[in-house]
Amino acid sequence: MPALLEAENLEAQYGWTKVLHGLAFAVEAGGITAILGANGAGKTTTLRAVCGMVRTAGTVRFQGQRIDGKPTEDIVRLGIAHTPEGRGTFLDLSVEENLRLGAYVRKDKAAMGADFERVYQYFPVLAERKRQQAGTLSGGEQQMLAVARALMSRPRLLLLDEPSLGLAPLVTREIFRIVRSINKEQGLSVLLVEQNASMALELADHAYLLETGRVVMSGPSAELSRDDSIRRSYLGY
Amino acid sequence: MAARGDGLKRAGLVIVLILAVALPFFLSGFRVFQFTQVAIYAIALLGLNILTGYNGQFSLGHGAFYAIGAYTTAIMIDRWNIAYGWTLPTAGLLCLVVGFLFGWPALRLEGLYLALATFSLALALPQILKYFEHWTGGSQGIVLSKPKAPWGLPLTEDQWIYFLTLFVLIVLFVLAANLLRGRTGRAIMAIRDNHIAAETMGINGALYKSMVFGVSAAYTGVAGALSAVAIAFVAPDSFDAFLSVTLLTGIVIGGLATISGAIFGAIFILFVPNWALDVSKAAPWAIFGIFLIVFMYVMPRGIAGSLRLLWIRTTRPSVANR
Amino acid sequence: MDIFFQQVVSGLATGGIYASLALALVMIYQATDVVNFAQGSMAMFSTYLCWTLLQAGLPYWVAFFATLVIAFVGGLLIERTVIRPVENAPILTIVIVTLGLVFIFTSVAGWIYSYIQKPFPSPFPSEPIKVGQVVLGAHDLGAIGVTLVVLILLFLFFRYTTLGLAMRAAAQNPTSSRLCGIRVGWMLALGWGLAAMFGGVAGMMVAPVVFLDPNMMGGIQIYAFAAATVGGFTSPLGAVIGGFLVGVIENLVGTYVSFIGTELKLTVALAMIIIVLLVKPSGLFGRTYVRRV
Repeated sequence: MPALLEAENLEAQYGWTKVLHGLAFAVEAGGITAILGANGAGKTTTLRAVCGMVRTAGTVRFQGQRIDGKPTEDIVRLGIAHTPEGRGTFLDLSVEENLRLGAYVRKDKAAMGADFERVYQYFPVLAERKRQQAGTLSGGEQQMLAVARALMSRPRLLLLDEPSLGLAPLVTREIFRIVRSINKEQGLSVLLVEQNASMALELADHAYLLETGRVVMSGPSAELSRDDSIRRSYLGY
Repeated sequence: MAARGDGLKRAGLVIVLILAVALPFFLSGFRVFQFTQVAIYAIALLGLNILTGYNGQFSLGHGAFYAIGAYTTAIMIDRWNIAYGWTLPTAGLLCLVVGFLFGWPALRLEGLYLALATFSLALALPQILKYFEHWTGGSQGIVLSKPKAPWGLPLTEDQWIYFLTLFVLIVLFVLAANLLRGRTGRAIMAIRDNHIAAETMGINGALYKSMVFGVSAAYTGVAGALSAVAIAFVAPDSFDAFLSVTLLTGIVIGGLATISGAIFGAIFILFVPNWALDVSKAAPWAIFGIFLIVFMYVMPRGIAGSLRLLWIRTTRPSVANR
Repeated sequence: MDIFFQQVVSGLATGGIYASLALALVMIYQATDVVNFAQGSMAMFSTYLCWTLLQAGLPYWVAFFATLVIAFVGGLLIERTVIRPVENAPILTIVIVTLGLVFIFTSVAGWIYSYIQKPFPSPFPSEPIKVGQVVLGAHDLGAIGVTLVVLILLFLFFRYTTLGLAMRAAAQNPTSSRLCGIRVGWMLALGWGLAAMFGGVAGMMVAPVVFLDPNMMGGIQIYAFAAATVGGFTSPLGAVIGGFLVGVIENLVGTYVSFIGTELKLTVALAMIIIVLLVKPSGLFGRTYVRRV
């Protein structure tokens, strides 16, 4: 059973600087995979590479089809949603407009009403602030909006980039809890990039550790959390 | 590796200089006049480039400083009978002060808004010049006479003015090179790239930006003064918005934030319109426009910018690796 | 008092034209950070195309709408073919490209149609309309009407349609827009198409008054710059209100301040630009962006 997302020998560069040096990783259908690593390890670049936002070499396959080299707009239409680092909120538009944009690629406009409902159920605070300008939301609310926006496109795979960035631990925990329920209830696969290793390992089934653009360790998250070197370097105890 | 590159550059510069000095003895008077014009534009373009290319302040109004320089010279020679030699530093100094003063309110304006403000001034200037008829001679302008070569040198007027301009150009370019390649230059560029970060490093952004405005205006003013001497005539309509737009075009074509770009740009803005006229009498500006666009496709960073890229690709291929 | 009212209406009419052009400028600026120098020239050229259609015998409103379509398609194509190759180049490079377009349009118009001024018909009756003691030009009122209709349609488009929302998104945040599957390049092209269309409206409304010639829009473009500056380059609504304001002020100053005849009217526009920039650089409705480091 081929994985939902597979990367082989993935390289990426910004201008003349190479940042990823031949990564290999996979996300199983229905699973949650985490990519861990310190600042600058190349985690965000990995997600950007999957989405065609940086110059890449190597292969990336989604549902068996190659997507490397395709423009971002086309990759997204195949069923991948990306919540970027920093949320990528449309600050000047309302919450509702942000969500509508999330559903832009959808062809079945009729079902959109149901999707709004679902998203408001997961994130009630967004329902309250429907007409509010997105830029005035708090960091945690914007993160929820970013995830909700991604969900509106009914993706098969969600790329989640550093959701904990700038958020209080309690808020992060809440978001992770919601992501887990979406994963369980709808079978949404998730590729999570996180600096907060302990939270990520709790959420994910499988994890990869990145150091300066290379995978140095991988395995089931239970195994990785017990590993001594990881515990000392990334989990702090 | 780097030393060989420098040596090549130095050799190239010497060759260009020798050609420049020999030029007026082999070309007709009109061609010499054209190259004088090129040198004048080059000085003006360097001035604008210091402000826009190196310091990131967009000016669409440098035609105004060019005009101030030109009229300073014209009025000093015509009304007060002062020798043209004195008019050059006077024009420079006057424009330095005016530019500096203009730089202060300009501090509040970024990018587009500064461009608009300067553009408005450039547009208003011809009308203002016509209004103060008593000084400026109104729409008729002021007529001067071309100076003869001093000290009995066996040069025609065109040749003399050419050498004078060339001399001023070399002096001003060397000054600029020293300024821009040292600490001041780095500070100026730091302000362009991230002025908030520059301030945190102790660079007084406001002072620098106004100073740069002043220096930039001074250079263009001196160019204007030289043009008055070379053309021996000033009139308000020569200093319209088109001039300012031409100067901006010159620095982009030549290459922003480069010194040699000023020369390339000057050659372009003087000769290409004439060439376009040769290509098509019916719609010469359309040819010019097409050429401009294609030029920007092929060399988005201007001539000097593209040459620099080529230089890097050939001398340091490892860095340039795709 | 009657003269005042007349001048205000007249000012609103020209203001509407400035508003249309200013809106076009602001739309492209918001999406690309580029000031399209060729806005006026494109408008002029569209108007000449309309003139050609009229000469061919088409009734006015047919020619009018046909011109709008042609302008739209033309603007779209220009963005896709001429601007796209330099999309990622430094801003000034793109500005120079638009400058090249100015030269091309002006020169080609002069070549095809000559530089001699041509009269251009107005679809509105030439008899003035009397409202009480006040005499108003029908063309002035008509121009205001047309401008308002176009602006309202535009507002509805941006507010209530998905495409309009996508265009706004693409202008504000191209990266996030791509992540939503929006083809940002085409949104840009659409923006240019719409801008060209407004320019065309402005051109066709002003040509009956100033007569058609290749340099027709030069002065008007400056007023449009003044309008966009007064209103704020970051606010489409501001550009529109700015346009009307500039038109009215220009007229009133010209009428009531004695030494400003028609020649110095341009100086009025320029003075407005400078005053607004000194007092509130981002314009009346513009937003001052607080930058996070």
